[in-house]
Amino acid sequence: MGSPIVKVEGLGKRYRLRHAGESLPYVALRDVLATKAAAPLRWLRGGPTRVTREDFWALRDVDFEIAPGEVVGIIGRNGAGKSTLLKILSRITEPTEGRVTLYGRVASLLEVGTGFHPELTGRENIFLNGAILGMSRAEITRKFDEIVAFAAVERFLDTPVKYYSSGMYVRLAFAVAAHLEPEILIVDEVLAVGDAEFQKKCLGKMHDVSRGGRTVLFVSHNMAAVKSLTSRGILLTEGRVAFDGPAAEAVDRYMGSATDRVAGNPYLGRGRHTAIISSRLLDAAGAAVHRYNPGTPLRIAIVLETDGFPGLSLEALLRDPAHVKLGLASIHQFHGLTLPERAGRYRVVLELAEMWLAAGSYSLDLTTSVVNSSWDHYVEHALEFEVASANVGGQPWDFQHNLGYGSLALPCVRPPQFLIEPND
Amino acid sequence: MKLVIEAGLSADHYWRDMWRYRELMYFLAWRDLAVRYKQTAIGVTWALIRPAVTMLVFVAFRRLVDVPPGDVPEPLLVFAAVLPWQFFSSALAESSASLIGNAGLISKVYFPRLLIPTAAVVTAFADFLVTLGLLALLMLWYGIAPGWAALTLPFFAALAACLALGLGFLLAALNVKYRDFRYIVPFLIQVGLFVSPIAFTTERMPERWQTAYMLNPLVGIIDGFRWSILGGRFQLEPQAVWSSVAVATSSLLLGVWYFRRVERGFADVI
Repeated sequence: MGSPIVKVEGLGKRYRLRHAGESLPYVALRDVLATKAAAPLRWLRGGPTRVTREDFWALRDVDFEIAPGEVVGIIGRNGAGKSTLLKILSRITEPTEGRVTLYGRVASLLEVGTGFHPELTGRENIFLNGAILGMSRAEITRKFDEIVAFAAVERFLDTPVKYYSSGMYVRLAFAVAAHLEPEILIVDEVLAVGDAEFQKKCLGKMHDVSRGGRTVLFVSHNMAAVKSLTSRGILLTEGRVAFDGPAAEAVDRYMGSATDRVAGNPYLGRGRHTAIISSRLLDAAGAAVHRYNPGTPLRIAIVLETDGFPGLSLEALLRDPAHVKLGLASIHQFHGLTLPERAGRYRVVLELAEMWLAAGSYSLDLTTSVVNSSWDHYVEHALEFEVASANVGGQPWDFQHNLGYGSLALPCVRPPQFLIEPND
Repeated sequence: MKLVIEAGLSADHYWRDMWRYRELMYFLAWRDLAVRYKQTAIGVTWALIRPAVTMLVFVAFRRLVDVPPGDVPEPLLVFAAVLPWQFFSSALAESSASLIGNAGLISKVYFPRLLIPTAAVVTAFADFLVTLGLLALLMLWYGIAPGWAALTLPFFAALAACLALGLGFLLAALNVKYRDFRYIVPFLIQVGLFVSPIAFTTERMPERWQTAYMLNPLVGIIDGFRWSILGGRFQLEPQAVWSSVAVATSSLLLGVWYFRRVERGFADVI
């Protein structure tokens, strides 16, 4: 490898978890004043003078180098530090230790359509979003027609984007970002939105970008996209680099790491009343797995804590490989149950009825909620699993998600029979 | 181009980045204006109605408490004060709420965060320019021509902008950490309206209160506006101007210092 374009040395990021009081990152002035005022008193009593805090390293001792033109996939579980790494590389947040050296202009795309305003027209949003992503007005003007053509929204340019369909919205947003000309492009999960056809177009565009000698860092939960798009994969586990090498191997290790993960769970945050501590997928024998065989029950084992608040429910949202919400499981809405009204830590297994999922990678968002009111602790991408192949009804045809027929096979309860209908 | 990211190192490129991203500031200000005028039925007229109504209320109030009229038409005397007050108060209100309002941007894209409250002040400045047009109409109506003192108007406007920027940076940054400031700022503005010479004039302030009164930086700014618009018909205390300059400069320094100190943590707490 010649001289690198991205150099990461001993990178670490620490977050402070506050244990006393609120879990919210911002604080009420009242609490600060109360804590400060009470400190001398506690000191007199010989107690601790500070709110207890726990350090949590979202990222630790991360080292790697990236050569110009390389396309690198960053994979890892929820809480493994992927987003933190991207946020540091994009200069949104500062590292606690270590250093990153970037030899080139960086553009990062952590979200599609950042700063889009629903009241503004497509035309106006192109300029606004372009400026937010770091393009100059002259640059946007020069690429304007190309952006519009890529997004295929010519007819709606002067319509406020609030009237756009979600597909049009995403196309326009990605089109602006795709026309950035950075030397280093950082992308987070943006391909997870949009329809299959547009995803293909975006993948194609990213291919062009990398072929044009540009370096791409790419985070995704879509293992197929990582395999087809990147040449090298960096697997993060609990904030550290667990593997750095060929993309296919990184993906395999990631898929096979189900058991490692249960040993040390990442901190997932907490809600007001509850905290989802860990979750895993079980096979019929009760072992942690990462694959799901279509047509069998899907077993999700969840460990959670509750403060005993009445009227709490537990939900799971299934997302298909395109990150589209596919279905809901709910202990309250479907079974009339709530979480135990006694504070403590509990383990529960949700055994979902057989589904005929197409082959692809799926994920589950797990959340607790105050019934009919609000989410309490929402964990996005709490679990991921793979459907390796879907031979519905024992037929040889493999129903793949990326064929564009959706992600749910709808087999008949019994083989349909054709009866002769007399036409009189 | 080489860029190093390290703890506490963001200062290096900061001011250069501010310059590089200056177009974004215009775009943000333009967005706020465009959205406001699209969402409201009478659009730009709002920038005129608010100061006009405020002026009428204060003129009526002065009649009610029997303030003896001077040789300057009352509406003009009051409007000359409402003009900077409106600019300052809306700039301060919008800039201190601006970071929270743009939380989505802060957690997803890098740019110097100082641009956000600055853009809010620029938006308020655009409204101020529109209101200046109304002032011109009033002066025409009363047949009062601006004298050479009018040339100092940009100076006093800059002073108001400086003060709004400084306090805006400070309050916006505090607002990210302590959400209480959402309630504190409107209250401060309300108090400011009554302790500043808008409904009254400085000469009516009793002698023993003068020193404390002059500490209010708005006294110098508002009296400066009155003096520059009405020329010799109005007295300007140099002491009030010096006090304004001192307070505006120190609040700008304090605001930038505090903002820069806590800025790197914004994305983690917002």
